[in-house]
Amino acid sequence: MKDEDYIGKIKEESSKWLYQCVDKVKEKYPERKEKFMTSSGIEIKNIYTPDNIADLNYLNDLGFPGQYPFTRGVQPTMYRGRFWTMRQYAGFGTAEESNARYKYLLSQGQTGLSIAFDLPTQIGYDSDHPMAEGEVGKVGVAVDSLLDMEVLFEGIPLDKVSTSMTINAPAAVLLAMYIVVAEKQGVYLDKLEGTIQNDILKEYIARGTYIFPIEPSLRLTTDIFKYCSEYIPKWNTISISGYHIREAGATAVQEIAFTLANGIEYVNAALKAGLNIDDFAPRLSFFFSAHSDLLEEVAKFRAARRMWARIMKERFNAKNLKSMMLRFHTQTGGSTLTAQQPDNNIVRVALQALAAVLGGTQSLHTNSRDEALALPSEDSVKIALRTQQIIAYESGVCDTPDPLAGSYYVEYLTDQIEDKALQYIKKIDELGGAACAISNGFIQKEIQDSAYRYQKEIEKGERIIVGLNKFKSEEKYHGNLLKVDPQVGEMQKEKLRKLKTQRDNEEVKRRLSELKEAACGQENLMPKIIDAVRVYATLGEICDVLRSVFGEYRENIIL
Amino acid sequence: MKRPIRVLVAKPGLDGHDRGAKVIARAFKDAGMEVIYTGLRQTPEQIVEAAIQEDVDVIALSILSGAHNTLFPKIMNLLKCRGAEDIMVIAGGIIPDEDIPFLKSVGIKEIFTPGTPTSKAVEYVIENVKV
Repeated sequence: MKDEDYIGKIKEESSKWLYQCVDKVKEKYPERKEKFMTSSGIEIKNIYTPDNIADLNYLNDLGFPGQYPFTRGVQPTMYRGRFWTMRQYAGFGTAEESNARYKYLLSQGQTGLSIAFDLPTQIGYDSDHPMAEGEVGKVGVAVDSLLDMEVLFEGIPLDKVSTSMTINAPAAVLLAMYIVVAEKQGVYLDKLEGTIQNDILKEYIARGTYIFPIEPSLRLTTDIFKYCSEYIPKWNTISISGYHIREAGATAVQEIAFTLANGIEYVNAALKAGLNIDDFAPRLSFFFSAHSDLLEEVAKFRAARRMWARIMKERFNAKNLKSMMLRFHTQTGGSTLTAQQPDNNIVRVALQALAAVLGGTQSLHTNSRDEALALPSEDSVKIALRTQQIIAYESGVCDTPDPLAGSYYVEYLTDQIEDKALQYIKKIDELGGAACAISNGFIQKEIQDSAYRYQKEIEKGERIIVGLNKFKSEEKYHGNLLKVDPQVGEMQKEKLRKLKTQRDNEEVKRRLSELKEAACGQENLMPKIIDAVRVYATLGEICDVLRSVFGEYRENIIL
Repeated sequence: MKRPIRVLVAKPGLDGHDRGAKVIARAFKDAGMEVIYTGLRQTPEQIVEAAIQEDVDVIALSILSGAHNTLFPKIMNLLKCRGAEDIMVIAGGIIPDEDIPFLKSVGIKEIFTPGTPTSKAVEYVIENVKV
């Protein structure tokens, strides 16, 4: 009763304040805009008070860090215990060059590796495939066979680093290669820590490196879940990614809505394949973007954690608390970087990284200032990494978990984002789940509409991007840009040619035909893929076998 | 009355970043043009074939993978072989300034780099295509 009186009094006083103070000031000095909105279209009020979060139940809706529903973070001590993993996505050219970059990053205090593969690798083509022309080594490292993987991790003990690999359609093949490299280093599989992205649904939605149709792709995904739960217990078997959805133009709300909807689809696929929820769910991980709208982003991360916890507990009946924890990696928003005045990007990245940290991320990649122009140069990567270190060691925001909790505005935004995202999930459920909502183009269309709206806002000057549509200056960027050696393609082709004369081709043939047989049936494909990789069957050969059985995905073009 | 300009928005290369391609396709459409979008991972042969089949006035290439120096000349060459040099080719994406002179020398008419307003590309097409 006392609380109700208190809220009632606040309500009364705020309308008085609005009427007596705000309106009066506005008459003389109008506000900058008619309406203030977050990037997700949530209208922002003049002020937030306890009245706006009167329904918030602290124990049920927030709880404590490390406790259900994990709104305040997944670990009890958060960054008081240890900082997030500073993990810069890197890779280009040959395995040799990338290996050198990884060693450089580790020497600069980076705490985990994140491997970028080139596009042919991501789409299951060897470097000598006609489709690979001009693409080899460009946006990541070229890996054609176990041979390249051995070079990539030469001198890097796999029991000492955690490795994240951005690989999706052929994730099983690259994971198999990693496993064999570990064996050769004498590292036990239960010591391996890391992540494969392995999130095919968002490839159909936003990122585009799909190979097979949805159903066999989900089989590969669940085969990996199963294999890892038995042999590599510390491996994150998937990184369910909102990042690329956001990059394609989604709002913050759409980002978490579509990502969690994909998550629900993976859980359903695994349950259908006969797995027990608490056997695989603790190893599901997530990947989000951080944009510059700082408080909305923080609210987004908090909302996502609470939503996933409830989905796992209430919808899927998970019992293990670890199954309910949304652990996530964050990357600052590539699409927010401008080619104009690239040094400004350092500041954008700092804000976005701060949002990720205030939002309780488990690992973080900070973009480099020159990424609207090219792959990042070594100098730029260093500033990006230093940005994380400054936040960690100098800003003080890491000294208590979830420091923005209790802010009327942040809690209100967290609720709003959750509500709006839940509406999307409901809609997707009605459409038959994420796979259906992708097949019929619903999700893609929603994202495209947002992307177009955003672009129009910039062009009309309703949304200001400093240096792009305001505060412009004609200046050339003087930093060095990274150039990938144009010879990489030829070098990889030569390596492949040599490999094919040196390996036991009869053995390769035998392993590939065993894989084909398995693919036609129901058994778990991981062991067969590992066998093929071990005898140096190439990525392209393995994917071709699977293509011949599964077929290829055809994009549903929606404009 | 003049007929509408026909544009093929095409994505050569293997990258899946089609945000730009789709946004520009929509901007062309809103400006009254007829737009065909190819979808991802189109080979130079597929793009040229589609352009001829669809009888377009303009090909707008979008690429972010870095393979432009390899793929664009191929497209221009194929257009020449097929006697379709009259189709105007423009491009957008992450294309470093230093690559632009070469790409223009093989016949790409204009290159729009990150941050270009869609209105600029639309105006360019309207001013430079004769229908």
